[in-house]
Order: sequence, then structure tokens, then C-alpha cells
Amino acid sequence: MTDVIDILLSATFWAAVIRIASPLIFATMGELICERAGVLNLGIEGIMVIGAFTGWITVYAGMPLWFGVGAAMGAGMLFGLLHATLTVPFGLSQHVVGLGVTLLATSTSYFAYRLILPEVTSPPKITPFAEWAIPGLSDIPGLGPALFTQTPLTYAAFVVAGVTAIILYRTPLGLALRAVGENPSAAASQGLSVTALRMGAVIVGSGLMAVGGAFLTLSAFSSFFFEMVNGRGWICIALVVFGAWKPGKAVLGALLFAAFDALQVRLQQTPIGAVLPYQLFLAMPFLLSILALILMSRRAEVPAALMQPFNKGER
Amino acid sequence: MRLEPIAAPTLARRLGFPAAALALTILVASLLALTAGANPFATLGLILEGAAGSRFAALETLNRATPLIFTGLAISVAFRAKLWNIGAEAQLYAGAIVTVLLGTGLVPWPLVLPVTALVAMLAGALVLLGPVLLKTRLGVDEVVTTLLLNFVMLLFVSYLLEGPMKDPGGMGWPKSSPLLPEARLPRIVEGLRLHWGFLLALLAAVAVWVIQTRTTLGYEIRAVGQNPRAARFAGVPVNAVLVKTALLSGGLAALAGFSEVAGLKGHLSLDLSPGFGYTGIIVAMLAMLNPLAVIPSALFVAGVFVGSDSMSRAAGVPTYIADILLATALLFMVLAILLTRVRVVRG
Repeated sequence: MTDVIDILLSATFWAAVIRIASPLIFATMGELICERAGVLNLGIEGIMVIGAFTGWITVYAGMPLWFGVGAAMGAGMLFGLLHATLTVPFGLSQHVVGLGVTLLATSTSYFAYRLILPEVTSPPKITPFAEWAIPGLSDIPGLGPALFTQTPLTYAAFVVAGVTAIILYRTPLGLALRAVGENPSAAASQGLSVTALRMGAVIVGSGLMAVGGAFLTLSAFSSFFFEMVNGRGWICIALVVFGAWKPGKAVLGALLFAAFDALQVRLQQTPIGAVLPYQLFLAMPFLLSILALILMSRRAEVPAALMQPFNKGER
Repeated sequence: MRLEPIAAPTLARRLGFPAAALALTILVASLLALTAGANPFATLGLILEGAAGSRFAALETLNRATPLIFTGLAISVAFRAKLWNIGAEAQLYAGAIVTVLLGTGLVPWPLVLPVTALVAMLAGALVLLGPVLLKTRLGVDEVVTTLLLNFVMLLFVSYLLEGPMKDPGGMGWPKSSPLLPEARLPRIVEGLRLHWGFLLALLAAVAVWVIQTRTTLGYEIRAVGQNPRAARFAGVPVNAVLVKTALLSGGLAALAGFSEVAGLKGHLSLDLSPGFGYTGIIVAMLAMLNPLAVIPSALFVAGVFVGSDSMSRAAGVPTYIADILLATALLFMVLAILLTRVRVVRG
């Protein structure tokens, strides 16, 4: 127990929590936007992979880091367009299309990686985003340095979450998005284009998921390797449910989740870690996500038209 | 644009769109070969040759198709009821674990094979039962829970292979002890590298077809999949049907693990399945969820994988071309199948 308290009192722990939460926040916001508009996007896992790869390869080719972020976002939006085209106007199964997009985006990343670097066993590193201490805030004694000495992409993640919340709840666009996710027929009779709004949501949402993937290569690990996304996309889908489809709660969920993740890594180094198998610690994020889904099941406020295709003229 | 159902689609429409999907997939393959600096025709030829060009190649494809028939059936059964079981990978490993547990001395000959197969199915069924009960009791979405359980199961297998089930004679590799010879599925013909698992898979396909077309359960599964509310209204016990579907689906997926361990590998390791559980989704969708069509569909998918592996060694096009091809085939095909039934109208 003293080990746990020591960990919780260390500033590096809290810095790690913020860092681990950042990619999850990007991707969770992306998924949340899609689902609020009524589209489940199971392409998330693969779109994070293509984001991680595109961001990394762009920077590896000599482009600036922010170009990498932009390229990742572009690649994500492209796969989002594919997903949106098949699920929105054509109304195909969102499960099947989503998994297909995940497979396509993942294998495209791996194919391109092997094409560009055929013989490499350990992937080349890039110089990632450096940490930026926010003047003033980072001087606050205690947690100041931990919370406010992060890479720019981390700050961007929190800004994106804030902007998502403002757009969803404080703008006509957000109202329209929520309307097509709750009651598309009513939205259409108000003159809104369900197709355009849903497609736009999926495309923008997919762009954010890809930035979440790019965080892994451009801000965390400095290189791209296979299986690096490792289920984070699926966890983000659980986080959307955990956050009851609300940006603020979803961010809290991501932070809570990141805290457990940072804790399990550190617990492995303590006497507890010497007794329990390390696989149990690695399984914690997935078990916690399932637990979160169970806890939230009764209270979940699912967008009423989630996974329901809308076809004009059909009632 | 708007979709308008077609009452009686013409034969040209029903064949034309799927054919176009196939043609587009081949076009994508050719473009990928070009980007890799290879001749598209030669690449496609090498894939075909590697998949079916020799006796060795064809047997390899049949072997690879075996687990895919099982997982394809598992998915088609579940998807028919709109039960989104994305956890066939975990169920496969549950079957594999049981096969090693019972096949290393616990159950004597001649009981070992039938008992192992049955207990393996039970284990796979139980792995899916959890998410399904969470769905029927608490409304927890089964897509996410089954997906997440795949990761948990792989870590569990990793723990078993480094701990309680580790092969003492394995030179430190994380693999299980080998099965006893009597716990192995024999080869169909002596000298040919193809085991009874393949015939078992064909049998399973026929059995699932019989269940779906000739039994009440099959009717109920379809009713639940088409419209759960209407089914409930018509007196179908929806939740009970979902549980039964899950048991069947999980059991079928587990047979893939049983057949791979008892028929092919002879032991359990972490690379037992290169994603057979996920690929089963493609197999099932290409078969339009028809259990008998799962067989040719699995052969096609297996052929793409085996052929691409062998082409990759010869032509230097990365082997991931297989996954891209299958993903595009899947997406084009679901669109094509839709377009056989509906017309796109403006406005």
C-alpha cells in the first residue's frame, strides 16, 4: 500500500497520466463526434494506425512535425470519407464497414511501411515534439511542472476536447449534429441534410482519431512499429460509452483510465509486481474498460439513432 | 441521393455487381503491385500459382482454410442473429487451451479426441457467454466487450505459456508441451499433409446449414436478426435465442483452435492464430452469411493468404497485399450486394 501512495505522490506519475491520456482524448473525441451524429465508427483502431504511420513517415521524410500531424489528419479523413460514404448514403452495416476500414487502414500502413523500409528490423527514430513549459503555470509548486510541462500535442488534445464541447452544446452546428443522431427524420423535416452532417462528422471525427494515432509516433515513441496502437481504439469506444457521450465526462474517463495505466506500469516495479504475473497488469486496461461498460450500462444515454441508417422517403 | 428497393432484381444485376466488385479488387491488387515495382500480371499469376499451382500449394490452402471455415461459420451464425461476435479470436484460443490441457495425458485413448472437441466447444461457448449475458441482462454492447476480451485472452495465453503450461523441454520458448500422439487428429490420407480437421470443418458447415434451414432455432435466429421487436411480439424468446446463438458461435470458433492444435501444430503457442478470428468476419461476409458458401469463401481467403506469402518471397511485393485485398474485397462486396437489391435515385 505504501508503494501505491508513493506512486500517487510522485510528480512523474501525474505527468505520465496526462501524457497517456492525450492520444485517447483525441481519438475519443473523434469517436464521440461520429456517434453523436448517429454513426458508430469501428474504423477507429485502423485509423489510429494509419495516423501513427502517416505522421511518422512524413516527419521521417524530412517534413516538420506539424506537417506530420496534418498529414495524419488528412489520411484519417480519407478513410473517414470511405467509411462515411459506405455507411451514410448507402446505409451499409456500420459494424462490417468499420471493421473493414480498420483492416484496410492497418494493412495499408503495414504494406507502405514494408515498401519504404523493406529490410529494416528496428524502425528508424525521428525527433519527436519537445516538451513546452507553459510560463507561469509550470512554476506552480507541486503538480505545476508535471501538468504544464508537456508536448504541444497534449495541450492540443485538451483544446480539441474543449472545442468539441463548445461546438456540440453552444453552436447551431452542434445542435444539428445532435439532432441527426437523435432523430434524423425530424432533423430532415427541419431542412437539415442528414447525409451531409453525418458524413462531415465521420470525416472530421476520423481525422481526430488519426491525430490520436500520430501522437503515439510524434510525441510518445518516436518511431512506428507494428501493433503499436494495441487496442487503444477499442478502448476509446468504451470511453465514449463511459463518458455517456459527453466530451467532459469522456475526458475525465480518459484521465481515470490513464491513471490506472500509469499505476499498473509502476506497480510492476514494486514487490506486488514481483508476485503477480506481468500479463495481469497488461490486461488491466482491457478489463477496466469492460468494467466501465458494465458500470455505465444502466445510465448510458445512447444517441437514439446510433447505428440507424437514414434513407429519405422511408419512415 | 436516395435508395429505392427493387422488387425483382434481374439476373444481370445480381451477377453484375458482385462481378464488378471482384474486378475492382483485382484492379486494386494490380495498382499495389505497380507501386511495389512489380508486374501486375506476374504478381497475380504468382498469387494464383502459390495458392493452387501445385499439390503442395493446394494442400497448404486447404490447411489454411480449415480454421477459417470454423471461424467463418462462427461469425455467420452470430451475425445472422445480429449478434456482433468480434471475439472469435479469444474463443479460438479457449478451444486451443482445452485441447492442450486434455491432450497431454488427462483423457485416455480412445476418448481423448471426442471429449477434447466437446470440452473445447464448451470453453469457447463460455467465453462468448459472458459478453452475451452482459448484452441481454444489462444492455452492454457486445462489439466492444468481445473485442476487448481478445486482448485479455492473448495475455492469458501468454501467462499460461510462460507459467503453468510451459513446455519444460521447450528451450525457454513460450510454448506448451506437445500433445500425445493419440490426441492428434490423424491425416486423411497417409503421406498427404491434410488432417481430419478439414473434414470436420466441412461437416460443421453442413450441420450449421441444417440448423439454420431445418430447425426452429434456425428460424428463430433469423427472426431475431431481422427484427428483434417483431420477433419478441411473435413469441420468440429473443434473449434465449441470443444465448443459444452465442453458445453455437463460440463453440464453432473454439473448434478452429482445437483443429489447429490437434491437427496441425501439435502444441499451443502465441502465434497459433494470425487473426483467424478476425478473418472469419471477412469469410462470413463474402459468403453472405450462408454456411455452405462459407466453404468456398474460406478457400478463397486462404488462397489469397497462401498465394500472397509465396508471391511475396518471389516478387518482393510485401505480403500485407493479402490483407489489403481482402479488406477491399469485403467493402466492395457488401456494397455490391446492396446494389443488387436497391437502386440509387437522385433527390
